[in-house]
Amino acid sequence: MGLESKLINDGFFTTTVDALAAWARENSVWPMPMGISCCAIEMMASGDPKYDISRFGSEVMRFTPRQCDLMIVAGTVTYKMAHVVKKIFDQMPEPKWVIAMGACTSTGGMYRSYNVVQGIDQFLPVDVYAAGCPPRPENLLNALIQIQEKIGKTRVKDFPDSPQVGFDTKQTELSLSKN
Amino acid sequence: MQKLTKDDVHPKIVQALLGADSHITIDDALENEMILNMGPQHPATHGVLRLLLCLDGETVIACVPELGYLHRGYEKMAENMSYLEFIPHTDRLDYIAPPANNVAYALAVEKLAGITAPPRAQYIRMLLAELARMCSHLVAIGALAMDVGALTVFLWGLREREKILDFFDVICGARFTTSYTRIGGVASDVTSDTMKNIIAFIDQFEEKFDEMERLLNGNRIFVERLEGVGVISKEDAIDIGFTGPNIRASGVEFDLRRATPYLFYNEMDFKIPTYTEGDCLARYFVRADELRESAKIVRQVIDKIPNGEVMLNSPKKVLPRKTEIYTKMEELIHDFMIVNFGINPPVGDVYQAVENPKGELGFYIVSKGEGQPWRMKIRSPSFANLQAIPHLVKGQMISDVVAIVGSIDPIMGEADK
Amino acid sequence: MKELLKEKLAKQFTTVQFEFSEQVDELTVKLDKSALLNVCSFLKDEEGLKFNLCEDVTAIDWATRKNRFTVVYHIFSMENKFRLCLKVDVDESECSVESVSSIWKAANWAEREAYDMFGITFLHHPDLRRMYMSEDFEYHPLRKEFPLMGIPGTLPLPKK
Repeated sequence: MGLESKLINDGFFTTTVDALAAWARENSVWPMPMGISCCAIEMMASGDPKYDISRFGSEVMRFTPRQCDLMIVAGTVTYKMAHVVKKIFDQMPEPKWVIAMGACTSTGGMYRSYNVVQGIDQFLPVDVYAAGCPPRPENLLNALIQIQEKIGKTRVKDFPDSPQVGFDTKQTELSLSKN
Repeated sequence: MQKLTKDDVHPKIVQALLGADSHITIDDALENEMILNMGPQHPATHGVLRLLLCLDGETVIACVPELGYLHRGYEKMAENMSYLEFIPHTDRLDYIAPPANNVAYALAVEKLAGITAPPRAQYIRMLLAELARMCSHLVAIGALAMDVGALTVFLWGLREREKILDFFDVICGARFTTSYTRIGGVASDVTSDTMKNIIAFIDQFEEKFDEMERLLNGNRIFVERLEGVGVISKEDAIDIGFTGPNIRASGVEFDLRRATPYLFYNEMDFKIPTYTEGDCLARYFVRADELRESAKIVRQVIDKIPNGEVMLNSPKKVLPRKTEIYTKMEELIHDFMIVNFGINPPVGDVYQAVENPKGELGFYIVSKGEGQPWRMKIRSPSFANLQAIPHLVKGQMISDVVAIVGSIDPIMGEADK
Repeated sequence: MKELLKEKLAKQFTTVQFEFSEQVDELTVKLDKSALLNVCSFLKDEEGLKFNLCEDVTAIDWATRKNRFTVVYHIFSMENKFRLCLKVDVDESECSVESVSSIWKAANWAEREAYDMFGITFLHHPDLRRMYMSEDFEYHPLRKEFPLMGIPGTLPLPKK
């Protein structure tokens, strides 16, 4: 995209546009609810009239990964389901973030058994962990706000995969990997 | 939904799907029949249920559900923990109405141990079970409406449900997964202020639910999408293992609260709504009527609740009160023994079934006299109800599959255990 | 109802040994697995008994050398509002029992689950596949020798 190739040099005008892009990205995070079990009900409750999630910009909870940038893994992930979660995560376009909601996704939770993955960070890169069993809707909204802060600090040079026309890759810092 | 190749589907499932027609291969593009995957991640399959459909155009010829995507190993874990430690796990079985599962489990263990909770505790359990039934039916009706296209009703239902969850918060300490009942009673008492607030909630609830019903019953699209879809006859329904609102919509007047009464249900006055058509619309009507009956029962419970203790005073089997543990020696020892080694019920086995919002939830506990059960089997209603899906969707279209799954109302947490 | 049941069973099946036991006023009948199908169809169709709802089929692993498993059937009669529990002993060497899914369709999935968790084969079952674990899993989780945390390496995870 032509705009981003001009934003790599840090002039005043370009850093403002850069910050504007980051602000736009953070205030319209579209979540992809990977609702598997009980935490999915609390995720639904965070969308209901009392704990409205749409006032944070996450009005559309699209179930198709192609249109989303945040995946909220809500519920116990078993070994059988892990392949499905990874497949859906791979189908999401960059840039993408992951909230591990609840104790089951963070560490396996109260299920020390043969079929439960003890923490989804074994196969997914997680950005924010929300604690609770299930986390209250306010807790999930807190996690969403932390993701928004994280997105607000990113700048265009953090996304090295975006196509640049006439741009020399050796000059930029491909500094941080996504996390 | 994606078209599958030979590598995605296990050969045994393909065989089950195609039945006797094993000469049809699945990656032959010119054949009319197609195998489609309504995968575990789908907005309308009520959780992680995988449906493999064999289609002829848009009509379903055969369907094979595949479970196990949420199999957490409850029964194996139950053999390794004491009866008290398992109570939080029962919350997460039918995770839309957690207090109802707690009540069922506590009743089963008390039956095995041979103790009965005091009357006030039983009335409180009834109150919670009926409020949980209202929660569950609100979500069920809302989700069914949302799957069919009516999004407003879902949000209105959730708004009423939030008021009930506020009551759970005040009574049980947690708004969602309550873990409130204990072996021998309930964890804490209900104050008269809370009961007044519950009555105030019920007073305004009937009006709000009338609004929701008017919106749905008068909607031609909703009625036409559900009428005549997924019909099951009376004999088939009993044979295939349906229980709960699903069987009452096929003309069988069977409710465990009347057939094998538990708690104090034989003193409550409530009707059992039964419809004879056996289609999705009848299942919706049964749930709507049951909501009103539950509101009636809540009123009666609050009217008749006696005063008294909420935990039984039986030191070897029931946890003593905290105030006494900190001051007296005997109670401290009993508490230590119960928490570390578990209550030791007599040798034997028992099966206790309860009318959950989804159907009949049963716990079969085998005990060898130790603090942990030797075997615990959870008979979950959604597991038995999902068996009927291959029978119900034959000959229907893909969008009817969504309506049928919504009207059966499965919860994968208990179907997969 | 219990007396009527005992009478009818004794009259109809003179060659079969029944063991009746009661716990917390619920009746349990223990019988031999060869008589299972006949007794079940009698219980379902006979006037006055009519056990039409099959609630559950499950198994218990006793971890003893002889008669390792017991298959348990819970059936309910809606007319008489009476619940009965049938038990059948199965040895590990001949780990199979007749399937009752031809009598009650509700037993279909419950028997599949018992096969998945314990490895008990149900003869003449229309579709005996695993229920919860994936088809290429080699073990049976609810047997007493299977560890709680599973056997490492048997369930693969996707790569990061």
